[in-house]
Amino acid sequence: MAHVATPSKKFWTPANIITAIILVIGLVLTVKRFSMGIGAVSNLSDDNPWGIWIGFDLLCGVALAAGGYTTTAAVYLFGMKKYHSAVRPAITTAFLGYAFVVFALLYDLGRYYRLPYPLTIYPGPTSFLFEVGLCVALYLTVLAIEFSPFLWEVLGWAKIRHLVHKLTLALTIFGVILSTLHQSSLGGLYLIAPSKLHPLWYSIYLPLFFFLSSIPAGLSMVILEGTLSHKYLNHKMDEEHHHGFSPVVLGFSKAASVVLFAYFCMKWIGVAMDNNWSHLGTGWGLWFLVEVLGFVLLPCILYAVAAREKNERVAFYASIMTVAGIILNRLNVSIIAFNWRLPAEARYFPSLEEFLITVFIVTLEITVLRICLNKLPILHQHPQFRDAH
Amino acid sequence: MKRRTFIGILAGAGASLATGTAGAAGNHHFTGYPDSYGVLFDSTKCIGCRKCEAACNAVNELPKPELPFDDLSVLEKRRRTHHDTFTVVNKYEYNGKPVFRKIQCNHCQEPACASACFVGAFKKEPTGAVSYDASRCVGCRYCMIACPFEIPTYEYHDPITPRVRKCTMCQPRILEGKLPGCVEACPKGALVFGHRDELLQIARERIRKHPELYVNHIYGEQEMGGTNWLYISGVPFEILGMREDLGITPAPQLTTGALSVVPAVVGLWPMFLTGAYAITKRKEKIAAEERAHAVQKAVAEAEAEAAKKLAAALEKAEREKQAAIDREVKKALKEAEEARKKAEAASEGEE
Repeated sequence: MAHVATPSKKFWTPANIITAIILVIGLVLTVKRFSMGIGAVSNLSDDNPWGIWIGFDLLCGVALAAGGYTTTAAVYLFGMKKYHSAVRPAITTAFLGYAFVVFALLYDLGRYYRLPYPLTIYPGPTSFLFEVGLCVALYLTVLAIEFSPFLWEVLGWAKIRHLVHKLTLALTIFGVILSTLHQSSLGGLYLIAPSKLHPLWYSIYLPLFFFLSSIPAGLSMVILEGTLSHKYLNHKMDEEHHHGFSPVVLGFSKAASVVLFAYFCMKWIGVAMDNNWSHLGTGWGLWFLVEVLGFVLLPCILYAVAAREKNERVAFYASIMTVAGIILNRLNVSIIAFNWRLPAEARYFPSLEEFLITVFIVTLEITVLRICLNKLPILHQHPQFRDAH
Repeated sequence: MKRRTFIGILAGAGASLATGTAGAAGNHHFTGYPDSYGVLFDSTKCIGCRKCEAACNAVNELPKPELPFDDLSVLEKRRRTHHDTFTVVNKYEYNGKPVFRKIQCNHCQEPACASACFVGAFKKEPTGAVSYDASRCVGCRYCMIACPFEIPTYEYHDPITPRVRKCTMCQPRILEGKLPGCVEACPKGALVFGHRDELLQIARERIRKHPELYVNHIYGEQEMGGTNWLYISGVPFEILGMREDLGITPAPQLTTGALSVVPAVVGLWPMFLTGAYAITKRKEKIAAEERAHAVQKAVAEAEAEAAKKLAAALEKAEREKQAAIDREVKKALKEAEEARKKAEAASEGEE
């Protein structure tokens, strides 16, 4: 049966102790940030106004939460019913991912309490950041509605649960539109700074790069998290999730491989478009090759091998490399290859406190995710709603 | 039916929002307000006295610096603008001689900061100044990312109401008919205030009259679509730490093309996605129909087979029945014959 109670365990396991320590440190730093200002905890400066809170928490956070739209589109729009078991975990991760992106943003915004301004009284539609804000706000709403049935099921509110179920198609389509727009807009943010971003990373295709790469990012997160929860949350899963996961891994591997290859080709078209070949001979060129060959082409091949040999272990390694590659790419665009002309002493490196706040937010997100996976019908169907799909 | 209406409304809402976005980004070329003001900086006249810095500090009521403004030792270090320093003078060296350059906001004709700001806190004023409205600012600092001249600065240590800070071109003073603080304070005439068009003429005239003194380039005439602050110099601008690779594309045009794709996505994606959904559904329907058809056919075939078998069995039974009857008849005939023969034999014996 799906609802086997977890065997009573000690609460203060090593993992929980570490979590608690990080959360306490994070709370102290949160107080410091909001009482003494951004400058008190970060290395942000007039030359480097955006650090890891934007480069990692926002850019990577949004890209890695792309599993929501990719999985729901595959299952509900393209009729790949065999991936159905991946939908609920993917929606959960995406919803929490976006919620924590917005939460993290509050640390970075000087006047966080005005976050609704661009969407309400002072819209600035010439800005890519406006589009990011609008789409993320709307998509977070879509994800909240898609996530809500897990709560209604626990509460036993059948009527509203079925009402939301009826909206599935509309929500899925709306979700894909919004994701296309804001995933690409995050790349679009940097279009306005050609003089600051290294030519190997600056391209008029930046929005396309960001959108394309978000697809394997989302697929890889589904594989990565699925594999991990199979290992650690096995007792929470029902038959569908036990047996349905293998086709998810292999099918998603195939898709990720194809899109990674398209992305790999596009990256070279980007280099050719602006005739940046000469930059490849420099140190920056070497770093670019590390990213494009080591973290795009290599996982692309690994995924292809995994799909062909039906090897889930290889797929797991490929997913780790893809996720690492996405993080590397977003950090390159936002921090590492940004301001590359500045003298070394003016370059940015995150402060310890800035770094700890990011660790705090990620830990908080994982903690909430753990609670959701344990308490909500995500890895198994709720007995009362077994045949609802 | 209901679902379709709902999707239609969603798509419509998205499209109208997106069109608004693209429309505002615009495809028009703005060449600056007519009669807007500017300042011409002539590096051949600047002596690095920092009087402009002092005046700026006083006019804008900024906090006093650690070292007084007449301490020229700060010139030895490269400095940039800060939240309490709207303008700085830097010293450079060319052919062993010192050259000075003042930096502050260049007040672009089409400012990157205004284009990047998602709440419209920056505005190009008819006076030529690029103004900043702290009452709108959310503090995202995208303006600082966007500015190619690295001018806007931030009050990082203010936890509640931090502001972006930069030169205002002394817009309030201009409106009062006064000169910007720095221009008024310059003892050497290295700064000239006036209408941008006139400043360009003055600059051209100086270069024409003294080609041996000046580089033949007015920095700011074209850079990033043009700025209201203009520079002429006796040394290459690169020596003065000024980027010569910025190009002449106004910043808003860097994003116009990509933003214009938004309505296309909003318009086309729903069509493709509902199409994909419809195709999937149709495939499923056809598959179901084919399955039903195949089942039907199989059932029919099985039935026919069974009927054939039954008929064969019936026929066989019939044949067997007939054979049995024949046998019985034959047997009866034989018996009758035998009986007749017996009777004949008996009658013969009697005779």
